[in-house]
Amino acid sequence: MYIRESFTLSNLARSSGRLPRVALLLVYVIASRMLPRLVQHQIFNPDPLYLSFCASIHRHPSSPESSTSLSNRQNRVFLIKEEAIMDAITQLQRQFVEYTTSLYREGYLDDQFTQLQKLQDESNPDFVVEVVTLFFEDSEKLLNNLATALQQENIDYKQVDAHVHQFKGSSSSIGAQRVKNVCVVFRNYCDEKNLDGCVLCLQQAKNEYILIRNKLEALFNLEQQILQAGGSVPMMA
Amino acid sequence: MDSSSTTVGMKEEEERPHVLVVDDSLIDRKIMEKLFTNSACKVTTAESGQKALELLGQGEDEHTHMNKGPKINLVVTDYCMPGMTGYDLLRKVKESSDIKEIPVIVVSSENVPTRIEKCLEEGAQEFILKPLKQSDVKKLRCHMQFRRSIKGRLCIGA
Repeated sequence: MYIRESFTLSNLARSSGRLPRVALLLVYVIASRMLPRLVQHQIFNPDPLYLSFCASIHRHPSSPESSTSLSNRQNRVFLIKEEAIMDAITQLQRQFVEYTTSLYREGYLDDQFTQLQKLQDESNPDFVVEVVTLFFEDSEKLLNNLATALQQENIDYKQVDAHVHQFKGSSSSIGAQRVKNVCVVFRNYCDEKNLDGCVLCLQQAKNEYILIRNKLEALFNLEQQILQAGGSVPMMA
Repeated sequence: MDSSSTTVGMKEEEERPHVLVVDDSLIDRKIMEKLFTNSACKVTTAESGQKALELLGQGEDEHTHMNKGPKINLVVTDYCMPGMTGYDLLRKVKESSDIKEIPVIVVSSENVPTRIEKCLEEGAQEFILKPLKQSDVKKLRCHMQFRRSIKGRLCIGA
């Protein structure tokens, strides 16, 4: 890699002149340790601003025709940045695939989420985010309503059941499998008019909702980073 | 623009089958709308059976009764809805003289055999379990009646 080349001992020795050898050695050791980490940091934890800066350079490459040493250096810098962008995009895409796969494997999402993604197209590129956002809003309302309903003196279990039914429906529609499963158990407790069971289920439903909300937000975040870097989001089969 | 076009070629606005989606859940309305739009259908949504009847030109209001709504080729209704259920809506459609020809599909998240039987007996074309998939919708295109003189079931592969 270009960066490492310039830091060979002989290069330093030639250009430095009078500096004592020990100091040179120190500089070399420190630089060779720090630089990869700096570069690595930029690649694996890309700052969105840095990425969009790289992407903009990517879109306006410098002309490769000039043979002066100055433009050669510019070209090499461009090549390094391009490599860095491609590495960044690949890394992000890999993270995206791994993360999505884990969500399915751990039962957070089921096939219905895949169906939603298949529905998204150029005419409606934010479809999944829109639907999921509706789900978040709906869920928070339902969870509040459920908490209120279960705090009443005389609990109306029909009303509680109606809320849970809605929650089960919406979570099932977006593929939030774990939330849906809690709702199934919740409804059984409603049928039995079992208050303790209901209270427990409400807590579980809330926990599962918060989990899936955080995970989906992280997923959408990853998608945004890939798109901002100029990459495309991998399609999950 | 349509992601699934037929072999007939460019379709005009009116030639697309018009589906009325009835569901009290906003999320489900949005998803079903996209499912049918992706299958080259025009979609109108209603959040209740009452609204659906108004759109079908069967409203309580004298005015809507005289003013027949846009021609609907298919009604897809959720079973569980507050107030007028999907079953109630199905009955009203099949009892009316002018719209009983419109095929009605009932969807539900619950697999209850007695419920399914009841709906089919009342004249529902099909009963499908939620959540719906693209493949379910593609099969439904066979049921849609077209405005043109093509009567009966014309299955257009998508």
